[in-house]
Amino acid sequence: MTQSLNRIAAMTARYYYILRSSSLRLLEIIYWPAMQMLVWGFLYTYLYDSKSAMASTAGLLLGAVLLWDVLFRGQLGFTFTFLEEIWSRNLANLMMSPLQPFELAASLMLMSLIRLVIGTLPVMLLTFVLFGFNVFAMGPGLLAFFLNLVLTSWAIGLIVAGLVIRQGFGAESLAYSIMIVLLPLCCVYYPVAALPLWLHPVAWSLTPTYVFEGMRAVLLDGTFRTDLMIECLALNAAYLGMGFTTFVALLQSARHKGGLLTMGE
Amino acid sequence: MSRIERFLPRRHLTQVSPNATPAQGNPSDLPNPDEAPAIAVEDLCKQYRTHWAVDDVNFIVPKGWTVGLLGGNGAGKTTTIAMIMGLVVPSFGRAMVLGHDMATERHKVLSRMNFESPYVALPGRLTVRQNLMVFGRLYGVANLKARIEELIEDFELGDVLDRVTGRLSAGQKTRVAVAKALINDPEVLLLDEPTASLDPDRAEWVRSRLRAYQKRRGATILLSSHNMTEVEQLCDFVVIMSHGRVVAMGRPRELAERFKCRDLDEVFIYLARVA
Repeated sequence: MTQSLNRIAAMTARYYYILRSSSLRLLEIIYWPAMQMLVWGFLYTYLYDSKSAMASTAGLLLGAVLLWDVLFRGQLGFTFTFLEEIWSRNLANLMMSPLQPFELAASLMLMSLIRLVIGTLPVMLLTFVLFGFNVFAMGPGLLAFFLNLVLTSWAIGLIVAGLVIRQGFGAESLAYSIMIVLLPLCCVYYPVAALPLWLHPVAWSLTPTYVFEGMRAVLLDGTFRTDLMIECLALNAAYLGMGFTTFVALLQSARHKGGLLTMGE
Repeated sequence: MSRIERFLPRRHLTQVSPNATPAQGNPSDLPNPDEAPAIAVEDLCKQYRTHWAVDDVNFIVPKGWTVGLLGGNGAGKTTTIAMIMGLVVPSFGRAMVLGHDMATERHKVLSRMNFESPYVALPGRLTVRQNLMVFGRLYGVANLKARIEELIEDFELGDVLDRVTGRLSAGQKTRVAVAKALINDPEVLLLDEPTASLDPDRAEWVRSRLRAYQKRRGATILLSSHNMTEVEQLCDFVVIMSHGRVVAMGRPRELAERFKCRDLDEVFIYLARVA
């Protein structure tokens, strides 16, 4: 157990060294969420001042943007940290070391969390200062939303990392694109009711849907839907298990295929 | 019949030369080859679609020996080493290291072995010190700082210790990679062309360090190389592959005599053309 923790700490330190070595990389983590928030923030300001029917729901927009970013950046943080091993042709060194797959996954999760905090906290602050929207007004519900979105991002990150190991660079673009598939289906900016009926089961099979519905319940009705969060957590546990199983299976498949040694070339 | 002889693939040897015979002798200056071997490769095969990259390879590496795995490009050396490391799963047969099947039990033995290959890089954005620290912790090295100090001294890394690994010269990178390969004081060391990018002087320097390590630790080394001088200097025994098969094995001098060649270089060229 101690050795396992030591290896997780070693890998986290490895990723931290990389992050620390480049101020541009640090800046990049904040740059994209900040730019996105500025665009949506100004739209929010316009809606809020316009006395239109939409004005009362303008806060939902910024909440959704912020939470979507948690999901998107969480997955990007996980996957890009892993891709670092491919780009630096270091994967074989790791696979030849006593590092276990779950230890690698745990270090990637930790790093994703660190990147997320670095990227999201300043943007949350910016949103409050510039647009007066306080995301922390969601109360303890925010923690549940954050936790569930992060768990989902890790489950997806594990599958993408496994696909990159198995398929090589051909699967790298999934790191950027896979979350976009979820965007219309998990009802980030609109309620599930806005989807055609036949898509409802699909939407409810996706964990972010529970979070965004939960967020709307908090911001519109002032109620925290515990039931939604518990269901979401249960689904996330299953997805995380599936993600890790897929990662290990794809890793094993790459060992059969013989791609680990030349990965990154 | 010694343990080594039992593993000789006679069928292929006969195809190469009717005079080819297994290595003889059991010199007193080497460990006993009848002990449980450090590495045992048994009926090892790897098929990629219709192509057999490795085809029925058998050999053992007794504990404390340095064995060279030779062959031209595409001979199957790297795939064989990758199966011994457990990075590639064999289609048939098995590769055992320190008594463990590397396809299924590699986690039990990985902390006792290590490897170096020019085709696998150390993280380029980390400094040399950071890389050694990270890998030392991954291998669970006790007294890591002291071990790193030893390696710094052995491999003269003091002046590059706080430099970013990716910006080092090829020779410096090789020294760092070999230092990383020795960080856990491995019992079994796999080296894939360890001096490929070095000038002759630096290559000899690295070989001297490897010899010193092998002598001090009694480590088992399996190395692949295209440099026959290096192989003659470092290896107790040589396994030559061609088209995925073992075509000859023996002590470097015996092989030269057997194939009526002046040195291993000529043996290599002869086998590459005939096999």
